[in-house]
Amino acid sequence: MHKKAIRAAFRSTIPVLTGYAFLGLAYGVLMSGAGHPFWLTLLVSLFVYAGSMQYAAVSVLAAPFNPVGVLVLTLMINARHLFYGVSMLREYRAAGKYAPYLIFSLTDETFSVNISACVPDGVPRPVFYFWTSALDQLYWVAASVLGALAGNLITFDTTGIDFVMTALFVSIVTGQWLDSKEHRPALAGICGSLVCLAVFGADDFILPAMAVIVLALLAMRRPIERKEAENA
Amino acid sequence: MTTVQTVVTVAVIALGTMLTRFAPFLVLRSRELPPWVAYLGKTLPCAVMGLLVVYCLKNVDLTSHPFGIPELASVAVVAALHVWKRSTLLSIAGGTALYMLLIRLV
Repeated sequence: MHKKAIRAAFRSTIPVLTGYAFLGLAYGVLMSGAGHPFWLTLLVSLFVYAGSMQYAAVSVLAAPFNPVGVLVLTLMINARHLFYGVSMLREYRAAGKYAPYLIFSLTDETFSVNISACVPDGVPRPVFYFWTSALDQLYWVAASVLGALAGNLITFDTTGIDFVMTALFVSIVTGQWLDSKEHRPALAGICGSLVCLAVFGADDFILPAMAVIVLALLAMRRPIERKEAENA
Repeated sequence: MTTVQTVVTVAVIALGTMLTRFAPFLVLRSRELPPWVAYLGKTLPCAVMGLLVVYCLKNVDLTSHPFGIPELASVAVVAALHVWKRSTLLSIAGGTALYMLLIRLV
């Protein structure tokens, strides 16, 4: 069971492997460049395990001690995780002993893989989710520690390889679009985010976009549920 | 920062991150999901993927050279490849290769 699950999970996480390998390496290089010891990179990748927050934390860890400010910054940067939890409530609540780790490791990329994955027959969904989550974190931890220890040995130009993450998300949006007759949630997500990006700017648009998306979805609840009932 | 302060800071960041990941599960721990939360659970997956794509492209500048051409062209190629073959790896490899090429050429 686990063997089959690991094989399927590995296939599903190859895009994440590519992305995490380079982003993790770059993170480790950044951390050692900022003068942080390699055990700190390991500690953060193991226990924080949140890419964009870890990048922000490179300078936070070099600044004066300010735990309250750090907590507020963390909550703001990571607020989008709330949406992943709500999306996974049903599946992960049913995951028994795997649930705590599945929730702990719910990054953008692991969420994307698990929400869009085809779980093979004979593999319980929680077991598959566990292995995608664990493999993703393994890629991230290994790459970031490698980057911290030996990142300066990489001399070829990898600029732009981080586009694999964008491409992964675009392919999932496309797949969701093709699989569903109901396109209003996707449109609410894209349009709400674009409008908030234009209004609030790149640094401050996430929280307003989350609010706009939830309000738009709730406003459309009646017609969407009616259409769902018709198609059922 | 002292080593203790560094470790405390990492702990605070870990705690904050975990709060954002565990909050929905803690708030709705033992209860039956309210219908509107169940509805959000069904519609948010598509909406949040749209948010993630915009989040990845948030720093693209459409007003000055190269006008976001590498990003927008590569995103279009990923979507087109995916409609055509439905192979995640092909879509990602094709789009990323094009992107890496374009940022060096355009």
